[in-house]
Amino acid sequence: MIMTQEEALYKYCLRLGDNALIHSQRLAEWCSNAPFLEEDLALTNLSLDMIGRAQSFLKYAAELEGQGKTADDLAYRRSERQYYNNLLVEQPNGDFAFTMTRQLFVSVFEMLFFEALKKTANDMIAAISAKTLKEVRYHVAHAEDWVIRLGDGTDESHFRMQKAIDELWMYTGELFEMDEVDKVLIMNGMAIDLESIKPEWENYISNVLEQATLDMPKDIYMQTGSRKGIHTEHLGHILSEMQYLQRSYPDATW
Amino acid sequence: MATDTQLDLWEVFIQNKSGNHYMHAGSVHASDKKMAIQNARDTYTRRSEGSSIWVVPSAAIVASNPSDGDMLFDPSNDKIYRHPTFYIMPEGAKNI
Repeated sequence: MIMTQEEALYKYCLRLGDNALIHSQRLAEWCSNAPFLEEDLALTNLSLDMIGRAQSFLKYAAELEGQGKTADDLAYRRSERQYYNNLLVEQPNGDFAFTMTRQLFVSVFEMLFFEALKKTANDMIAAISAKTLKEVRYHVAHAEDWVIRLGDGTDESHFRMQKAIDELWMYTGELFEMDEVDKVLIMNGMAIDLESIKPEWENYISNVLEQATLDMPKDIYMQTGSRKGIHTEHLGHILSEMQYLQRSYPDATW
Repeated sequence: MATDTQLDLWEVFIQNKSGNHYMHAGSVHASDKKMAIQNARDTYTRRSEGSSIWVVPSAAIVASNPSDGDMLFDPSNDKIYRHPTFYIMPEGAKNI
């Protein structure tokens, strides 16, 4: 059975919303734990940008679904297999080098992705993309500066950066995976061909790593699964914390 | 002596809109100019307070000595003719 455009659009918005939501939740875990006060604010700022983006995409997804749900219903009342965020964003924060590496990989992808997506034939997605692009450019600048600073820093910081890059690399292949959702929407000019931004992504990352005196990993086995709702063991733990309140006290209000 | 483990200190000045004065907003820690601007942005302009930022290394600021207060500031206190209190503000002028 072929997927309808509505179905595809709904799933596409879930993917984009979930990426922002789960990454945001991860960054929020740094609140009061960052290396110093200013960085604490910076990380929670990134997190808040992503919450806003998640809200826009999930609200639109709920409208497309047409079952009277809200963005909150989608954020807090789905189970693990119904999330479509990339595996990369659910990976634990690790040390600061890990968090910044994940941020660089994701934000550079998002910068190229939303730059292309703002020309989509779908007005709502175009509007959200244009707004997101401004935020994401800052995320890239922030992550890039830290990666260069730490990579080209002390022996210790260099070692930690290289370790983070090597360990997270296997989650980057999935960013560019496409399934039926993408195919249906690409035909209608609503989604973008992810393969087309891959060379630019690799180029950008390799440039940053070179400035940071870090080695770009060789091609290795790439993890996969999130397009089908299959996740690493970490997502369940994030959800149990994130959804606790709504699950225990449905419709709780202040 | 305890070593300072913090990064360098920078003073932050924010302009809320084009044409207005830059106002001192506070300070941030940062290791270089770029980080100082980013930290200032994240610390002081989160609620649309600014449209432009200056950061200055705190060490570059020269301050007057408090014990020179009498010499520097007292002479102006008793000369009311130095104050522009005899002018009537034109209607509608907000910043003079």
